[in-house]
Amino acid sequence: MSVIYILITVSLVVAIVFFVAFVTAVKSGQYDDSYTPSVRMLFEDELVDEEKNSDQTNNK
Amino acid sequence: MEQACFHCGTNCDNDPVIFDEKYFCCQGCRTVYEIFAENDLTSYYEFEKNAGKTPKSDYTTYAPLDNPSIQEKLLEFDNGTTAVVNFYIPHIHCSSCIWILENLNRLSRGITASQVNFPKKSVRITFNKNELDLKSLAILLTSIGYEPYISLEDYEKPQRDPERSIIYKLGVAGFAFGNVMLLSFPEYFEIDEFWLNHYKPFFRYIMFAMSLPVVFYAASDYFISAWKGIRSRILNIDVPIALGILVLFIRSLAEIIFDLGQGFFDSLTGLVFFLLLGRFFQQKTYNFLSFERDFRSYFPIGVTRILNDGTEEQVQLYDIKERDRLLIRNAELIPVDSILIKGGGKIDYSFVTGESEAVRVESGEKLMAGGKQTGRALEIEALKSVSQSYLVQLWGNEIFEKEKEEGFQGITDRISKYFTIVIIGIAIFAAGFWLMIDPGKALNVFTAILIIACPCALALSAPFTLGNMLRIFGRSGFYLKNAQVIERLAKINSIVFDKTGTITSGDKNDILWEGNDLSAEEKQLLSATLRNSNHPLSRQLYDMLSEYGIRPLDSFTEHTGLGIEGRSGDQEVKVGSGNFVGSSQVTSALKTSVHIGINNHYKGKYTFFNRYRSGVAALFRSLSRNYELAVLSGDNASERENLSKLLPSKTKLFFDQSPDEKLNYIKFHQQEGADVMMVGDGLNDAGALRQSNVGVAISENVNVFSPACDAILDATKLDNLGAYLKASKKAVNIIKISFLLSFLYNAVGLYFAVTGKLSPVIAAILMPLSSVSVVIFTNLTTNLIGRKLK
Repeated sequence: MSVIYILITVSLVVAIVFFVAFVTAVKSGQYDDSYTPSVRMLFEDELVDEEKNSDQTNNK
Repeated sequence: MEQACFHCGTNCDNDPVIFDEKYFCCQGCRTVYEIFAENDLTSYYEFEKNAGKTPKSDYTTYAPLDNPSIQEKLLEFDNGTTAVVNFYIPHIHCSSCIWILENLNRLSRGITASQVNFPKKSVRITFNKNELDLKSLAILLTSIGYEPYISLEDYEKPQRDPERSIIYKLGVAGFAFGNVMLLSFPEYFEIDEFWLNHYKPFFRYIMFAMSLPVVFYAASDYFISAWKGIRSRILNIDVPIALGILVLFIRSLAEIIFDLGQGFFDSLTGLVFFLLLGRFFQQKTYNFLSFERDFRSYFPIGVTRILNDGTEEQVQLYDIKERDRLLIRNAELIPVDSILIKGGGKIDYSFVTGESEAVRVESGEKLMAGGKQTGRALEIEALKSVSQSYLVQLWGNEIFEKEKEEGFQGITDRISKYFTIVIIGIAIFAAGFWLMIDPGKALNVFTAILIIACPCALALSAPFTLGNMLRIFGRSGFYLKNAQVIERLAKINSIVFDKTGTITSGDKNDILWEGNDLSAEEKQLLSATLRNSNHPLSRQLYDMLSEYGIRPLDSFTEHTGLGIEGRSGDQEVKVGSGNFVGSSQVTSALKTSVHIGINNHYKGKYTFFNRYRSGVAALFRSLSRNYELAVLSGDNASERENLSKLLPSKTKLFFDQSPDEKLNYIKFHQQEGADVMMVGDGLNDAGALRQSNVGVAISENVNVFSPACDAILDATKLDNLGAYLKASKKAVNIIKISFLLSFLYNAVGLYFAVTGKLSPVIAAILMPLSSVSVVIFTNLTTNLIGRKLK
């Protein structure tokens, strides 16, 4: 068989994998709040710094 | 010395609390700082300056949270030890808020995790019930200034999954659009070549397979809407769209089955993708605002019931029965129509009736649900259950059943009626023409016309214009329920205002002194005396007089219901009602006055006038040129003189209006053919807001309660109302211009279609081109309008 069938099929499978990833992302609520995560990601550094001083141990 | 509070940013006045070398305006703010400092949470102050809020010191409102049946309703998850609760916290406003609320686990061991949803201003907290109960959690949040807002609405709210179908549909359409575009590309150039001819069917059937979910899933709303429209004999915009999609799909299928061509799958998927994009864009909602609120979000979730043996218990509101004894504390709401048994005080009905002055009540008097007690705790006996109370009955009015959106025909639907008829006419005419010349081409031309005329750009004009306008309004303090409100705003020709809380500001008054002049010394004594009183009028008067300074008092007495007395040295001041001070004047019942007497001599009185919001007079003057104006007040007529001086002479003034009368006034004018906008603020306006074509609720703090309405306007932006109305009219004009633009593209497309030359590549170019140019045009022009708004 021609290689084109394989290539197209593979490319479609890859595309569908991404599509499924998108659907699961929506389903898990990642698109419900698109603002807070953008702020939250900036906190990380401060948190690590703080935890060094305090005796609290957070799971990493 | 001007010093801003380190915690909340308020000016610290003369006596700041100094702690840890930082200034605080009050002990409350200091305490919050102390809590944060002890727990290594001072980064709170690094993200945003003065982000905090002075915490409330009264926690009695959380007492109902001890009731297990209330807990059960509030908790999203509960397995005995671990529980999850989702609190709405209006104060959430900046990154500091997110940070502190997501680090709650460091404040209490009982909290395992917390996550903020910023747009919704809510925080979901997972906690261990054995270490921390729900009430303590609410108190903990309150103690750091993040007071959760819990109302009866939370009790009934069904746990609803967020609406996500539009995102799925957009994903499906976008996925298919991209892939079909790639697959159809090789055939665009019609190169007759061995390689291409060999794989053509393979490519075509993959495209067909991918268009299936687009037509039957992503575009399903258009078919449903078109079908509904036809059944109710309205040719809405979805009729030509559904027709276009259907013809595109069937013709493409026929082409690939009979090997006539590659079909129009690329245009089909692209069309649906762009249409859904427009819908998504228009769907901007303000998650943190609610436009559907009724009395439920105003009422508390529970109340204290006094049992026969004198013990108190917490009950939820719907469990209150006739003859139940209830305890109403200061600042609590009376949940049912009832009779006052014990205690006395002033009931603030401003939210229910619009009456700005609190009503003094004595035992034995009837109380109406919705009033707020100011003063000591009351004991009342319920006359009815909650659902039978007058206030709740207001919501039984049929007007609350009807959806405003249903009766309104938008500009797009109005034009689509003619559009559909013209397009079908052209298609039949052209097909008939080709039947005579070349019958083989007739069907081709007929379908091509329906395809190319599919009003993609037309359908996108309104969503993108209005969607963008909605965002621009939102940025300048005017929050609309949905995009359709803009079209309704543009048609308004009559505006009705409520007075109390709408054109007057809720808690500020102008104070006028009538009588003999007071010496500076006397003023000092007066303000020192006022300082000791918690009466709202005393507070206002004190704020005005505080510039004179105070002097130490030797004695202070409060005569409940009459007034206050203060003594310093040989001077004595009496502040209060006319009788108490010893005025011989007959006091006017309409005006609010505080009388002053010094050393038993009557000196005069301070009279309180409503303070109108800044710019009200100018707003009315500019609006009166184009609109019919009226003021409907639930208040008495004491302000008539003031109002008629302030407002243009054409403005109609009505006083002592009940909620029903307001509603009927608007209904009457609508029957006369007017499009009425109602601007109001309280529950007493709720019916009128609903009845009006556009109901605008004024709010001092948009996060706090406002009645059901179409738009919420930030109180400080009231003077901008005229500009908003003008901008809405311009937005509708923009839609009209972009209709012209899309007709232009349609004319070009029709030329190809009628002459039978429409090839897939032309359709594939024309469709996105027209859509994109309409989107760009509407965006540029609306932003131009938006710039003028600021």
